[in-house]
Amino acid sequence: MKHTVVILVKDNPGVLARVASLFNRRRFNIDSIAAGHSETKGITRITIVTEGDDSVLEQIVKQVNKLVDVVRVKDLPGDTSVERELALIKVNTESAEQRTEIMQLVEAFRGHIVDITRQALTIEITGTQEKINAKMKLMEGFGIIEIARTGIISLSRGAQKILS
Amino acid sequence: MKLIGTEIVVECLNREKVEVVFGIPGGAIMPLYDAIYQKASFTHILTKHEQGAMHAADGYARATGKVGVCIATSGPGATNLVTGLANAYLDSIPVVAFTGQVASPLIGTDAFQEVDITGITMPVTKNNYLVMNVNDLAATIKEAFSLAKNGRPGPVLIDLPKDIQQAQTEFYYSEKDKNSSYSFSSKRNLNQIKKAANAIQKAKRPVIYAGGGIITSGASQELWDFVQKTNIPVTTTLMGLGGFPENHPLSLEMLGMHGTYYANTAINEADLIIALGVRFDDRVTGTTGNFCSDATFIHVDIDPAEISKNVKVDIPIVGNLKTILAKLIQFVEPKQEQEWMDRIAHLKEKYPLQYVEDDLLRPQFILKQLYESTEGEGIIVTDVGQHQMWAAQYYKYIHPRSFITSGGLGTMGFGLPAALGAQIGCLEKRVFCIAGDGGFQMNIQELATVIGNKIPVVVLIMNNGYLGMVRQWQELFFEGRYSSTNLEGSPDFAQVVQAYGGKGVRVFNKNDFTRALNEALEEKRFCLIDCMIPPEENVFPMVVPGEPINKMIGVNC
Repeated sequence: MKHTVVILVKDNPGVLARVASLFNRRRFNIDSIAAGHSETKGITRITIVTEGDDSVLEQIVKQVNKLVDVVRVKDLPGDTSVERELALIKVNTESAEQRTEIMQLVEAFRGHIVDITRQALTIEITGTQEKINAKMKLMEGFGIIEIARTGIISLSRGAQKILS
Repeated sequence: MKLIGTEIVVECLNREKVEVVFGIPGGAIMPLYDAIYQKASFTHILTKHEQGAMHAADGYARATGKVGVCIATSGPGATNLVTGLANAYLDSIPVVAFTGQVASPLIGTDAFQEVDITGITMPVTKNNYLVMNVNDLAATIKEAFSLAKNGRPGPVLIDLPKDIQQAQTEFYYSEKDKNSSYSFSSKRNLNQIKKAANAIQKAKRPVIYAGGGIITSGASQELWDFVQKTNIPVTTTLMGLGGFPENHPLSLEMLGMHGTYYANTAINEADLIIALGVRFDDRVTGTTGNFCSDATFIHVDIDPAEISKNVKVDIPIVGNLKTILAKLIQFVEPKQEQEWMDRIAHLKEKYPLQYVEDDLLRPQFILKQLYESTEGEGIIVTDVGQHQMWAAQYYKYIHPRSFITSGGLGTMGFGLPAALGAQIGCLEKRVFCIAGDGGFQMNIQELATVIGNKIPVVVLIMNNGYLGMVRQWQELFFEGRYSSTNLEGSPDFAQVVQAYGGKGVRVFNKNDFTRALNEALEEKRFCLIDCMIPPEENVFPMVVPGEPINKMIGVNC
């Protein structure tokens, strides 16, 4: 089962390595990892999508919590939070008809064309992992040249914040 | 007060009331050694290998409960600490290690004697620091000491670039930790304690399974009081030896792979297991699926991550064992399950630890003799292997911190330097290093440190000419194929010791051993007794790997 774990850490040097090293040595899986500044100065927000049953998730949260640089760890369940990932997809275009078809599909997925040449289109799309996977599947038919994904980030719904 | 980095380190150690540090100087740490020379109010013990310094600091910490401190230079000095750090990490021992580092502008250039020691030691320290600004130094040291000893203790490493050691700043030593967000998880849960008390009241066949947490939190008095009130039998792990007096009728002594048959049988028959400061290690549980599957589990530990890590527990209580046990005593009613106590007494009488009592100088005899001669008042420091298990089985531990051993990591070579540290920490006690002829040679160079500093440790070598524990497994599980376990070519340890200027004797029989031991006990100075034991003596009883823990071989042998 997939879980999205949000880890707030002090942005001390090497902190990402500490978190990643812990996942590695305890054989916890990392499906995706995204890190960036949080709303608080000096605090970095790391979002890790991981796989495992409830006891694995419990161990992940407890073990990560023991890292001194970690301020807060929280599992954000999908049904009470908003999850998004951004993907850039570079697709082959052989003809004007193909280009038009792709642009229509991008429209339907509420994506954007961010780069265009005669041979290729680069599409920007945001959404849940499922939406991005579906979009990529659709684009496979045209020939995907390259993709880049940010990994999932997540915020809980409502007014609360993780770090109060 | 303006100080340079190294003066800050020394001043911080002085304020932490550090009595002794162990280490070896080298290029990148020379400024610190200069400050130690000029300003230290603590003793510095020069070991002969950095691993020896680390284990000595560890042994000191285990014997005294204080934070051990060691120092090494950059590069190879620092990497030589790694085994010792891992050793302290797995047994939750408070140690602060300082390492020199190349000057900060050179970091990352593969400079002479540069290694990324904070990167290397990340998985084997509670936390580590590379200090890049002298203004952070004092607060970092403060935090390191606080981290090492608080919560679940562990080793902390501070890496000091040479230029930071020499940079100057205003010295300020805060009473408050820099990292206040680090939580020690000591919140007591009254409801859980009441639940536990209720389960204890109902239990017909309860067993206490106590570990290193009893020693770390200083809860042996509370455990004693708890047992006085409830008459529940106690078994301890290797790390918990000494946490409950083994001469008590309700002591089942050690459980696990080489535990007593009565401990393993009793815990297997128990309907309630009260696990105190333990981590359900595989040497105790065997395959976890088989481990007391019908029993209810109460688990008290300071580290929430230990709860339900290996075995699912029913009543977890997270916090300091000493305070929780004190509270639990208030909530339990006096209790005496006579039928269960009779069963325990019967098991203890019917299946005692046994060995062949003949004329040969057997290791079990040696340990029993040592116990009787010291009346259990010595500090026993072991290395790792067969002798470690015999020492755990046949010496009866009465006091906490009287048994010092490498439990989690199983580090051969730990014994001698740890005994050095333990003796320096407890000058009024007699310290005995029990080692095998294999492991002893892994840090034999520390004889120079021990003898040179006139440390009155008594070393007993259980000399069987083999890497004995591996040989035992080869005999039992590899059809006797003794692959690379014969230690042919080992020296006469008595002569080795004499070359270092110490007293050493080699003994072949019981009489000579007893005489040598009595002499060693009379003289308060270093002595090594090289005991030539039967080469193929085995450690029994033993749980066969993969079997439940009450299926033991070598019972009633």
